[in-house]
Amino acid sequence: MKLATLTLAATLVTGAAFAAEIAPSDVQFDEYGAVDQSLTGTPGNPEEGEKIMTNRGLGNCVACHEVSALDYAAFQGNVGPSLDGVADRWNEAELRGILVNAKKTYDGTVMPSYYRVDGFVRPGNAYTGKAADDSFGPLLTAQQVEDVVAFLGTLEYEE
Amino acid sequence: MKFKALTAIAALMVAAPALTFADPDDDTLVIEGQEMVTKTDLPAHMEDANMDMIMSGWHFRSDETQALQMDDFDNPGMIFVDQALDNWESVEGSAGKSCASCHEGPESLAGVRATYPKWNEDAGEVRTIAMQVNSCRTENMGAEPYKYDSTQMAAMEALITLQSRGMPVDVAIDGPAAETWEKGQEIYYTRYGQLELSCASCHEENYGNMIRADHLSQGQINGFPTYRLKNAKLNTVHGRFKGCVRDTRAETFSPGSPEFVALELYVASRGNGLSVEGPSVRN
Repeated sequence: MKLATLTLAATLVTGAAFAAEIAPSDVQFDEYGAVDQSLTGTPGNPEEGEKIMTNRGLGNCVACHEVSALDYAAFQGNVGPSLDGVADRWNEAELRGILVNAKKTYDGTVMPSYYRVDGFVRPGNAYTGKAADDSFGPLLTAQQVEDVVAFLGTLEYEE
Repeated sequence: MKFKALTAIAALMVAAPALTFADPDDDTLVIEGQEMVTKTDLPAHMEDANMDMIMSGWHFRSDETQALQMDDFDNPGMIFVDQALDNWESVEGSAGKSCASCHEGPESLAGVRATYPKWNEDAGEVRTIAMQVNSCRTENMGAEPYKYDSTQMAAMEALITLQSRGMPVDVAIDGPAAETWEKGQEIYYTRYGQLELSCASCHEENYGNMIRADHLSQGQINGFPTYRLKNAKLNTVHGRFKGCVRDTRAETFSPGSPEFVALELYVASRGNGLSVEGPSVRN
């Protein structure tokens, strides 16, 4: 009885302190590669997500995907599918799963994993060509992933 | 509001041509009156690759960039050929020799570029042209080796490559070279770095597509060394490999490393049948 109470209290404290941020290695996927649970518990900000999608130093999603809503970002790539209407095709959990590790949804896809830290061959220190050091982290933070999920959620075809 | 609309129109004007011309073109490369083979059938070893034909990177560049390679007076790479010709005739090292002392004119090396990297029986290894140049310098001339991807080495490679211009690439992948070639093939298909990209991810699966403003080619190396407008210098194959692997957010390999020698042999073999074009011009 005492033990259960303590555990419950500990869970509450931890939950509050970390705002329930899930570490990259703790993300739970379903069998189709979707991630149901928010990585942070804080709703994503679509305006931040838009910046991340077009910023070459962050997500740079438009490097490979066309997004008509972001047509001010020049030279959009076509390695991946267009993201127009992507919210009609995928729900939030599926979009989150594709961002975290798209290979769980599409086996063998060239799309990088934006919230993963292990399993790489010769991981480097960003774009220096040198080996990764202690500063190695995921390509995007947990909240940045949530922000992009929120922006992608706005990409519906107009009725 | 007006400004926004104008910006949108400008963006469309910029984006539209890039997408319209995303596929490689059908132009013909003629350099100084000599027609180059820039598209041809897949070499036999590539029959499993999901490709119709092999193509020179020349087809993926703009008309303006393409034109620079068609006239030796416009090709900035030729300046380095002249510099290398001076070095060819310069005596260096303890033996009192120059390249010309043994090889006479550079035209004596016609055909070399087309067959390198190549197995060297005495050395018991596959050698690139750069390795062979440095072997000559240290063993025959008693001179200091060139740094592997230095300007001097790139220039000397350009001079040697020019002697084979128009000849079909024909590197041997069997016999004693087979082990190195297989190692190169394994590297080609390994997805390196935090972005988990292999050579094939971009240059086999996605050639013709755009990564932002970059038009992905097949990554052929029949045009190396290559003068790039982007960095205004002559670039070696290993220098380009190093940059590509770095851009996958990986710990890259060094120019001249066994990994890049193997990769060069493998990638060269993917161009067997294309004309030697170097020194080419790319963006």
